Amino acid sequence: MSTEQEVGETPVGETPIIEIAGLSKHYGSVTAVDDVDLTIRRGEFFALLGPSGCGKTTLLRMLAGLELPTAGTIRIDGQDMSAVPANRRPVNMVFQSYAVFPHMTVRDNVAYGLKVDGVPRQEAYRRAEEALELVKLGGYGPRRPDQLSGGQRQRVALARALVKRPKVLLLDEPLSALDAKLREQMRFELVNLQESVGITFVVVTHDQDEALSMASRIAVMDHGRVQQTAPPAELYEFPRTKFVADFIGSVNLIEGTVEASDDGLVRLSAPALQVPVEIEQASGLPAGSTGWLALRPEKVDISREPPDDAGRNTVAGTVEEITYLGDVSIFHVRLTADQPLIKVTIANLDRVTRRPFTWGDRVHLSWAPTCGVVLAQ
Amino acid sequence: MESWRRNPLVFWVTGLPPTAWLLLFFLVPLALVWVLSFAELRGVVEMEVTGTFANYVRALDPLYLQIFGKSFVFAGLTTLVSLVFGFPVALAIVFAPRRWRAVLLLLVILPFWTNLLIRTYALIAVLRTRGFVNFTLEWFWEKANAVLSLLGLGSFQLLGERFEPLELLYNNTAVVIGLVYVHLPFMVLPLYASLEKLDRSLIEAALDLGASQFRAFATVVVPLALPGIISGAILVFIPALGSFLTPDLLGGTDSQMIANVIERQFKSANDWPFGSALSFLLMYLTFGALALRALYTRRTAGQGRA
Repeated sequence: MSTEQEVGETPVGETPIIEIAGLSKHYGSVTAVDDVDLTIRRGEFFALLGPSGCGKTTLLRMLAGLELPTAGTIRIDGQDMSAVPANRRPVNMVFQSYAVFPHMTVRDNVAYGLKVDGVPRQEAYRRAEEALELVKLGGYGPRRPDQLSGGQRQRVALARALVKRPKVLLLDEPLSALDAKLREQMRFELVNLQESVGITFVVVTHDQDEALSMASRIAVMDHGRVQQTAPPAELYEFPRTKFVADFIGSVNLIEGTVEASDDGLVRLSAPALQVPVEIEQASGLPAGSTGWLALRPEKVDISREPPDDAGRNTVAGTVEEITYLGDVSIFHVRLTADQPLIKVTIANLDRVTRRPFTWGDRVHLSWAPTCGVVLAQ
Repeated sequence: MESWRRNPLVFWVTGLPPTAWLLLFFLVPLALVWVLSFAELRGVVEMEVTGTFANYVRALDPLYLQIFGKSFVFAGLTTLVSLVFGFPVALAIVFAPRRWRAVLLLLVILPFWTNLLIRTYALIAVLRTRGFVNFTLEWFWEKANAVLSLLGLGSFQLLGERFEPLELLYNNTAVVIGLVYVHLPFMVLPLYASLEKLDRSLIEAALDLGASQFRAFATVVVPLALPGIISGAILVFIPALGSFLTPDLLGGTDSQMIANVIERQFKSANDWPFGSALSFLLMYLTFGALALRALYTRRTAGQGRA
C-alpha cells in the first residue's frame, strides 16, 4: 500500500517469523477466530488489538499451542506447528495472571524452563539471575512470589519466559492488571526490553493507547477477523473500515453518498452536512455508492467567520455541548436538525478563563481535503 | 460472631445445648473409659479402679503390638491406594465441564446414602467364591475354552481341567479392598477442593516452559494440591485405623485389626479394663500421627516466611 511509505515507521525486519494462513477456531457453534491470515515479521513488536471477545487471546493461545485450531496453519520460523505440542514450540508466554508458581522462589520460577530442558542447576541459576537483572529484579532470587508486588510478579513472568530465548515472546494483556502510573512506565520498559533482546514480541491488548505507543505494527481484530494490519500512524490516519476508525481514537462517522470519485478526489454528499465535501484519497469508490466520512475531531478547525481558503471543506452549525477535559475541550456542534452532532477537539493552549465560543454560538467548521477518509464499509 | 458479647443471651441459648451434648455424651463416657483403663477385674463383671498400669503393660504384649502394626499397615495401604485412585478421579472432576461437576461429585458421595453394613454385604456378594467377579471370570474361561474346542485344541485342556475360582474373600486383600471402597470419598473430596482452586494457567505455564505433562503434574499440580493430599490422607487413615466392621466381615482369621480386639474385650471376653486400655493406646497413636502432621505444616509454613 502506498500510504505505508508516507506515514509508516520503518519495519524492523522483512523476513517473516510467524505465518498464519486460514486460521479458524470454533467452540461448538461459536466462532472465536475466523479465517485469519497474518504475517508477523522477525524482530518486530506486534500487537493484536480488539475489544474483549474479538478472538485475540484465542489467536495468541493457538500460537502458544494451548488451543488447537479448527482449521488453518501456523508456521513459526518456517516450521509447521500443527503437530508440535505447547511444550516443544519455540515460543514462550507471559500470562495475563502472570501464572508465577506460588510454591517456588523467584529463582526457581525463572530457572524452571531451563531445568526442564536439562540445563544443570548451577548454570540454570546463573542464567536465571541474568534474566532477573534484565528485568531489574537482580537479587530477588531467594524471595517467594507472595512477597512481591503485582508489577514485580509480572517481571518474574517476563524473566521466566525470556530466559528460554524463545523465537517469539507472547504477552497476554501484559499491562491490564497494573495501576495507571506503572502501566505507562512498563510500556517504555517493554519496548526497551524488546529492542535490547531482539526477540519478536506479540502482545494482546484491548487498550488502543497501549498498542499505538508500543507496537511497530498492529492487527485490529473484531468478531474473530483481522480488520486491518498496519503501523500505528497508518491505522490512525487511514483506517480501512468503520470499525477500525471507531475503535482507534475518537472519530466522526458521517454517512453519505459518493457523488464522484476521480483523480484521487472523492466527493461525498451527506444529510448531516449542508454541502458536499471533497476528500483526497487514492482508492476511489464507485459513484452512487454509500460512503462514510471518517473525520478525526482534532483535524477540524472551528471559527466564528468562514475561512478564506476556498479549498477547505466548510460547514456551519451551532455549539450544543462543551466537554472540558483539561488538556483539550470537545465542542459538539449541530449542523443539521435530527442529525448526529459533529465533535471538534480544540487544544487548550491558553488557560481557559473565557472560552472563545460558548453554548449556542454560530460557528464554522472547516477541514482540508487531506483530512479524513471516506470508507465503503 | 464478634457480637456475642453484646448479645450474651443469644450466645448462651444457642451455645449451651451443643456444649451440654458434647459434655454428656462424649467427654463423660470418654473419661469413664479412661478411668476404667486403670481398673482390675474382680469376678466376672465387677471391676475395681485400682490405678494399675497392668492393662497397658498387657497391651504392649507382642501379640497385641503385632495387631497394632497390622492395623497401621492396613490403614497405610488403604490411604495409599485411595490416594492413587482418588487423585485421577478428583482431577477428572475438576477438568470436567462445569455442568457435569455437581453430578460427578454426587456420584462420589452416593455410597454414603446406603448403610455401611449393606454395602459390605454387597461387597461379599461380589468377591466370594461364587460371586460376581468369579462368575465373570468363569464366563470368559468357558468362552475361551469354546474357542479352543473350535480350533480343535479342546482335548489339550490348555486352561486347566476346570475353572478355578479366585479366592478373593476372607483374607487381607479383601480387607484392604473393602477399606478403600469405604474411604475413597474421604480422599476424593478434599483433593477436589484443593485442585479446584488451582489456577489452570499455572499448568499451562509449565507446559509453555517446556515441561512434559507428567513433569507439569509432578512439579506444579502435586505440590499445590499438597494440603488436599494431607487432609485426605488424615481423613482416610484415622477412620481406617479404627475400622472393625470391614475386617470383621471381609477378613480371614489372621486379618483382624485392633478394633476387632477391642470389640472382643467389651463383648465376648468381658474384659472392659483391658479394652479401655487398648482404646486409649489407639487414641494416643492417632494423636501422635496428627502431631506429626501439625509439625510438618508448621515447618513448611515457616519455610514460606523465610
